[in-house]
Amino acid sequence: MNAHVKTPVASVSERIARAAAVAARYADDVDQKGRFPAEAMQALKDERLMGVQIPVELGGEDTPIAEIAELCSILGQACGSTAMIFAMHHIKLSSLVEHGMGAEWHRGFMRRIADEQLLLGSATTEGGIGGNLRNSICAIEVEGDICRLEKEATVISYGVQSDAILITSRAHKDAASSDQVMTVFLKDQYTLEKTHGWDTLGMRGTCSEGFLFKGEAPAEQIIPEPFAEIAAHSMLAMAHLLWSALWYGIAVDAVHRAQAFVRAAARKSPGQTPPGALRLAEISGKLQMIKTDIIHGVRQYEEIRRNPESLTMGFLIAMNNTKLSTSTAIIDIVGQTLLINGIMGFKNDTPFSVGRHLRDAYSAQLQISNERILMNQSTMLLVNKQDMSLLG
Amino acid sequence: MNETIRNLLAKVGGLPVAADGLADEADLYAAGLSSFASVQLMLGLEEAFDIEFPDSLLNRKSFASIAAIEKTVATILSSQKAA
Ligand SMILES: Cc1cc2nc3c(=O)[nH]c(=O)nc-3n(C[C@H](O)[C@H](O)[C@H](O)COP(=O)(O)OP(=O)(O)OC[C@H]3O[C@@H](n4cnc5c(N)ncnc54)[C@H](O)[C@@H]3O)c2cc1C
Repeated sequence: MNAHVKTPVASVSERIARAAAVAARYADDVDQKGRFPAEAMQALKDERLMGVQIPVELGGEDTPIAEIAELCSILGQACGSTAMIFAMHHIKLSSLVEHGMGAEWHRGFMRRIADEQLLLGSATTEGGIGGNLRNSICAIEVEGDICRLEKEATVISYGVQSDAILITSRAHKDAASSDQVMTVFLKDQYTLEKTHGWDTLGMRGTCSEGFLFKGEAPAEQIIPEPFAEIAAHSMLAMAHLLWSALWYGIAVDAVHRAQAFVRAAARKSPGQTPPGALRLAEISGKLQMIKTDIIHGVRQYEEIRRNPESLTMGFLIAMNNTKLSTSTAIIDIVGQTLLINGIMGFKNDTPFSVGRHLRDAYSAQLQISNERILMNQSTMLLVNKQDMSLLG
Repeated sequence: MNETIRNLLAKVGGLPVAADGLADEADLYAAGLSSFASVQLMLGLEEAFDIEFPDSLLNRKSFASIAAIEKTVATILSSQKAA
């Protein structure tokens, strides 16, 4: 461990810059080998960034969501997989911060996360259900003060490396499929039997393998609030905002590379505007649009956090829209950078390579299928009247 | 009103249990009301009572139980009368 570890005197931005430098150094190797970004994750732990979201009273730093989104974006510029792991960890953590402050066990666990810099994994996806995360087939079984769960968890990112997994299920064996809870299981309270590999087009370092999950733990580890509340009040917003932030980061790095390419061309032939410059101007505007959208979304979510009573369908629709537009826009933006950089962008070993960015970008519309989200949006828009005011 | 709500719930609620057997205060989400079905229910209510739900009332609480729905619909009806 580094000397600056225990007491983070440096600012969050200095700490993330150091961790991102490590992530960037190993990004191509992580991608090529489809391996866990161990060096970058260690750097994030050394910089004490895993627990920043936790309130100060429990050992964290109370870092606002906007700043966490910025951290995700900075990591996204370095290594998409590392950024996704960091984002997913903080999305899980938000469920504890927002819904576990009143539960003794969960408060103690947050203290441990801050202290030991634990990594949280997520298991919502289920065989037979797919990405329809507001439904479960599996049910948690409570017997006395013990709970048991078995789940066909077909995608758990960094399942093997997680120190704990937050997992959804029906609330009891007779519960309806949408009557769900989320439970924290610690590493020594479950087994993972690998059922699916993760040799993918992009986001290869997330190691999102499939497992048969079998866990047994004290029943007090079930988060007291229904999962429906967790999903609506914090998880949906956090996921869509933090994911969008890191996807934005991936696009930013590709645009940086295109900018460097165009500048190099401009320097070689002074007085002439290089051909790629026009495309660059075009994507600069698109990048600005998603940035604005994400920041607006973060502000809306901060308002909901201050005033949970104001949560309405309109908010959920807005969060979904941000996810839908960011996940499609980045494919367009990164695709344009490939056109700008040409063969130098297509090659995997030049300073202008954008292949990894493009492949990572393609995961965005699948991570919760845009088709599924659009279908939900179209249902909600049957009754919701979108706020059309400019300032609302 | 209670009966209209119950009829709609039976028709579009998609609940695994019979809507008749539910108490007015029973938690509809725990009974299996999905978000898709809740929207269908809202549409049915808008049609039956000739109302429109404002976004401020489109939240989980407004539709959490038969009693809550009654209250939500009554709120809108009285504000429409006032307008
Ligand atoms: C990088 C990455 C990391 C992930 N990490 C995790 C993790 O850690 N934990 C976890 O639980 N999950 C994880 N997931 C899974 C993710 O959350 C989704 O559940 C998963 O991507 C959905 O799988 P699917 O494409 O089979 O879509 P499904 O939602 O299962 O749908 C299957 C197919 O049907 C179509 N479809 C579905 N619904 C509709 C609809 N209503 N209308 C029209 N078409 C529809 C979709 O287009 C899709 O092709 C991860 C995914 C990615 C890409």
